[in-house]
Amino acid sequence: MPNPMPAPTEEEIRDIVAGQLHLEGPLLPILHAVQRSFGHVPQAALGVIAEALNITRAEVHGVMSFYHDFREVPAGRHVVRICRAEACQAMGADALAARTLEKLGTAWHGTTANGAVTVEPVYCLGLCACGPAAMVDNRVVGHVDDAKMDTLLSEAGA
Amino acid sequence: MRIWVPRDSAAKALGADAVAEAVAVEAAARGLDVQIVRNGTRGMIWLEPLVEVEQDGVRIGYGPVSPGDVPALLDGKMRSLGPVEDLDWMQRQDRLTFARVGVIDPLDLADYEAHGGLAGLRRAIAMTGAEIVAEVTGSGLRGRGGAGFPTGIKWNTVLNAEADRKYIVCNADEGDSGTFADRMIMEGDPFCLIEGMAIAGLGVGATRGYVYLRSEYPDAIAVMQAALRVARGAGVLGPDVLGSGTAFDMEIRVGAGAYVCGEETSLLNSMEGKRGVVRAKPPLPALEGFLGKPTVVNNVLSLATVPVIFEKGAAHYAGFGLGRSKGTMPIQIAGNVKRGGLFETGFGMPLGDLVNEVAGGTATGRPVKAVQVGGPLGAYFHPDQFDTPFGYEAFDRAGGLIGHAGVVVFDDSADMLKMARFAMEFCAVESCGKCTPCRIGAVRGVETIDRIAQGDADAIALLADLCETMKDGSLCALGGFTPFPVMSALERFPDDFGRQREAAE
Ligand SMILES: Cc1cc2nc3c(=O)[nH]c(=O)nc-3n(C[C@H](O)[C@H](O)[C@H](O)COP(=O)(O)O)c2cc1C
Ligand code: SF4
Ligand code: FES
Ligand code: FES
Repeated sequence: MPNPMPAPTEEEIRDIVAGQLHLEGPLLPILHAVQRSFGHVPQAALGVIAEALNITRAEVHGVMSFYHDFREVPAGRHVVRICRAEACQAMGADALAARTLEKLGTAWHGTTANGAVTVEPVYCLGLCACGPAAMVDNRVVGHVDDAKMDTLLSEAGA
Repeated sequence: MRIWVPRDSAAKALGADAVAEAVAVEAAARGLDVQIVRNGTRGMIWLEPLVEVEQDGVRIGYGPVSPGDVPALLDGKMRSLGPVEDLDWMQRQDRLTFARVGVIDPLDLADYEAHGGLAGLRRAIAMTGAEIVAEVTGSGLRGRGGAGFPTGIKWNTVLNAEADRKYIVCNADEGDSGTFADRMIMEGDPFCLIEGMAIAGLGVGATRGYVYLRSEYPDAIAVMQAALRVARGAGVLGPDVLGSGTAFDMEIRVGAGAYVCGEETSLLNSMEGKRGVVRAKPPLPALEGFLGKPTVVNNVLSLATVPVIFEKGAAHYAGFGLGRSKGTMPIQIAGNVKRGGLFETGFGMPLGDLVNEVAGGTATGRPVKAVQVGGPLGAYFHPDQFDTPFGYEAFDRAGGLIGHAGVVVFDDSADMLKMARFAMEFCAVESCGKCTPCRIGAVRGVETIDRIAQGDADAIALLADLCETMKDGSLCALGGFTPFPVMSALERFPDDFGRQREAAE
């Protein structure tokens, strides 16, 4: 179930885009700003952005799809990111991730049936001396074990 | 009374915010007049949250502290670690780049100046661009982002380039697993990076800077943005840097979760709003970089080391180190270790001393099996190689690289075939797609390793061939260096590649 955010109007998108146009190389800041406001980059935004930057819609899509961060559809109400990189693997991150996915009944990038949590892999959070590491929305968590993960997930309403 | 509770994200990840809150609440309940300072981390991550309490002008450490410990801490009933500066971990280091990290309030410019901040910039303002560049060259500083290219030579190219605009771009993409030094600087001493970039601007004649900061670091982004506002307000940045008559200002650009965007030309494309595809060199970014203009691209640590070079002099900096690996390296010790964190020391310490003495061996207490140095493109070292001194040349000779100086330790439960497979998988996922050996080769690599895992002995030779092709035919180090972790795992841990085969026979 997607986020119950109202579909943005073209007017709203236009305002957000306009706010970034003074920057040198504004496309990434625009995509970030749109996603910050709407939780994803809606299809409707591509045309607006393309027009503002005088590039094609396909080019905007091409850039957007290159980067892992940008979403075409909204995520769950909370995003739980679990580090899969080497230092966390050395502390058992693989097993933690596998158990978490199983508990939630979803695969990577999936969202729980109640729409509460989207789980994503991340390659290093800079918390490599206190792994396994995770991030819930923008909140960092270290030394994550099964018990801590359960708490995080229940706080997030999974 | 002053009490320090770190705001560094590693400390936060271990509960520092709740501890800071408990200190405020319990201090108020006791009627204590307490000033809570949210400092960066000292780098002793196994002690985080590490709380410091000022006693007779000395900072006494307690840690790790949980919110429940706070009443005892304030009542003087918690066992202390003693003066933090006297701890063995601190005593054994030469902290130049990290001198202030964990010490000061990251956003207090007066605190920064009281600890030597801005002295370097003031000295640089009195110098010509050529003198500034010569000072950096004389320090022997080499790029800390991975390639180890002499920073002074790069700056000189930009200095001598004729253009109406030049740029300083700080590479804060820090994608390597096992590394967090850039993050620690940005969260713990952001003015140091700003000062380094301003000196770079004065040196090469650039008036505009950017920090390309990965989106995975929301705390660092927030601290850097706050620091920019403070620096601008105080005239450290702006149309007239500290009254020099020269302009320099900068902004933060947030990455979007692509590892390859740490590669400098991919980073520049990303900043320009393009796909983060690697550019062929030449032209060098120093001549045609951001928006086609001459651009210094340097790692956070390279730029954050510049202020101390100007404060203490190039010769002081060059006095540390080993041979052509001059100065100090902030080494990040991570993974399965008893004591993980940041340890800055002159080049030359044997790898084994770092792992066994400094880090105290594994967290699990099991034997060390392998150590990956230099991130996902770095080789796995076997304990037989523990006498290798930490330095660019020595690691090169030992078939590895130091990269951004992340040291990731694995205990004997690690399966090196699995780690080799992960390296190939990572390359396949993160490839920018420009070269076939990287884009397709890495996918074949995963398949080939799976065949080895299923007992196909012929696949081993195939994997070696594939790695040769990737090495020779890749434009950048993502495809070109992925063979390091793969082949080092295969060659140094052959048992992990034969076990399944024997079982199958
Ligand atoms: C795939 C790849 C990823 C890289 N990631 C980073 C990074 O995250 N941070 C960094 O400073 N350099 C990174 N580099 C190295 C940069 O291309 C470049 O050498 C560096 O930013 C130059 O700065 P320095 O001379 O100060 O090290 C990467 C290189 C490659 C090939
Ligand atoms: S080696 Fe890989 S990441 Fe590097 S330029 Fe080629 S395809 Fe892109
Ligand atoms: S978004 Fe492109 S591979 Fe994940
Ligand atoms: S490897 Fe997991 S946080 Fe760095």
